[in-house]
Amino acid sequence: MAISNDVIYGDLARTLQVHGQRLGVLANNLANADTPGFKARDIDFKAVLQSTQASGTTLQTTHQQHLGTADAGAAPRLWRVPSQPSADGNSVDAPMEQARFAEASLRYEATLRFVDGRVRSLLTAITGQ
Amino acid sequence: MPSFGIFHVAGSALAAQSVRLNTVSSNLANADVVAGRPEDTYQARAAVFAAQSAAQGGGVQVSGVETSNSPPEKRFQPGHPMADEQGYVYAPNVNPVEEMANMISAARSYQSNLEVVSTAKTLLLHTLNLGR
Repeated sequence: MAISNDVIYGDLARTLQVHGQRLGVLANNLANADTPGFKARDIDFKAVLQSTQASGTTLQTTHQQHLGTADAGAAPRLWRVPSQPSADGNSVDAPMEQARFAEASLRYEATLRFVDGRVRSLLTAITGQ
Repeated sequence: MPSFGIFHVAGSALAAQSVRLNTVSSNLANADVVAGRPEDTYQARAAVFAAQSAAQGGGVQVSGVETSNSPPEKRFQPGHPMADEQGYVYAPNVNPVEEMANMISAARSYQSNLEVVSTAKTLLLHTLNLGR
């Protein structure tokens, strides 16, 4: 009996992926904290996950070697609304971005724990202990 | 998972900030170098940053190091060996207070990007250890 990865991991794979992409976007904001004219961006995690769930996570496959939809593509990057104007046109608020980065890394870590739990359950089932 | 691109992004920022620190140290080191002619004086330098496009993997680059065009400081020191006919020497247009503030800002940005590298490394290592 084949067990689909979607059944075991649910939305966790996509969650992990989006959190990873968000970490990249926030790192880019921090890297450009001193770049004139740079506009900060972010990913709306909730909207991305909802659109993933709404569209479903299965692809029609016409061949047994076709792959599923582990990778649903890059999440849309939205522009950050700046909390205050700056003379050089940069909209990065470094301390806020650091806080968001810390939060995103914690969320990533938490999702990682959930995936790890599923993997361990599977291992327990496989080894029968 | 956080892709390895995050290291490129944070690494490019570390490189850019260290160029900025270099210009600050160059400016401070030459702050007291006087010259006999205005055109021979050292001019304060500043690194100019530009964002790299997402196609290039994101991050930041130093698009150039510009020299300040504010005039050198004219000092009346007739006894100075470098003094011109009117008794003036010309000191660079470096403002040490401004440079120190710039240095602190660069150091802070460097630290925060280093923190990004360290966090991304931890997360990737944990990802590699899934199920162990």
